[in-house]
Amino acid sequence: MHNLQDRFHPGSAQEHFDPMSHVVPIRMYVTIWAALMIFTGLTVFAATVELHVFNIVLALLIATIKGTLVALFFMHLRYSTKLTMVTVIAAIFFLFILFGLSMTDYLTRAWLTNTIH
Amino acid sequence: MATSDIQVAEHALQHHFADMEQQQETSTFGMWMFLLTEIMFFGGLFCAYLVYRASYYQAFVEGSQKMNIWLGATNTAVLICSSLSMALGVRAAQMGKPKLMAILLLITMVFGFGFLGIKGIEYHEHWVHHEFPGPNFHFETGDPAHPATDPQHTQIYFSLYWAMTGLHAFHMIIGIGLVLWIMIAGLMGAFTPSYFTPVENVGLYWHFVDLVWIYLFPLLYLISKKHGG
Repeated sequence: MHNLQDRFHPGSAQEHFDPMSHVVPIRMYVTIWAALMIFTGLTVFAATVELHVFNIVLALLIATIKGTLVALFFMHLRYSTKLTMVTVIAAIFFLFILFGLSMTDYLTRAWLTNTIH
Repeated sequence: MATSDIQVAEHALQHHFADMEQQQETSTFGMWMFLLTEIMFFGGLFCAYLVYRASYYQAFVEGSQKMNIWLGATNTAVLICSSLSMALGVRAAQMGKPKLMAILLLITMVFGFGFLGIKGIEYHEHWVHHEFPGPNFHFETGDPAHPATDPQHTQIYFSLYWAMTGLHAFHMIIGIGLVLWIMIAGLMGAFTPSYFTPVENVGLYWHFVDLVWIYLFPLLYLISKKHGG
């Protein structure tokens, strides 16, 4: 039976805490920065092309890729604990509940007027 | 690890934590919980945007045509650069290089002020063109006799634009203050490779504010194909 400490920090009982092991090479930060700059250029370019409904789809797709890169690498989510990952997923989950339940109201109001008239 | 580092580490370890690792993880978890509340805070405005955009799409397109895409794109790039210098600043703190950290944080603040300056130019442009919601709001939509969209609906777009970018800019101002505090504390020797949690957490805040802008930029500036120049 593991004690509480071991369950939350597997390996910490054996190894001494070494924050230096989490140091990310500069090369990786610069790569992420370059990717973010390229995606910014791409999203501006995409806005000059008429894609109708896909303009917003593409813009949000690019924004989500950029946001994921920022969270995973700049915000060290990739190297974080599962608890932190669960926190982030919970934030996104509740955000979609906020959007989803609000839109079930606003998007369906027109249906009601159609049945009355 | 130098002897002085171990002494600072022991001093920095609060009695209710088992070790430095647990303390750091707890603190970072707390910061993420705060960011979760921030996501829901901005989420309310994003939700209002979603509702009104779905209702008055053409009016939102008209409003977004007034945005200067190049200033917006430049500001996006400025924020991405500031995130890079912030990330490298956290890395310098992690490696126990306070002077390098201070320089990188100074660069971050310069980018932060650059963002606010460009935002200020945009705000001024909107202000002089009566694109601020309120009694002086004025918006022409093509043929005044047969307007394609209701200016009142475009006013909703501008209300959301000012509220969302204004709240974001307010976060930037707080962020610059936090970075300044961390820079001074770092130069006074507050952080070591085994204790730099405040730097990490201010970094998280800064990147979060960058992340919000990553969504604000396409939603407010790039709603539809730019027409008429």
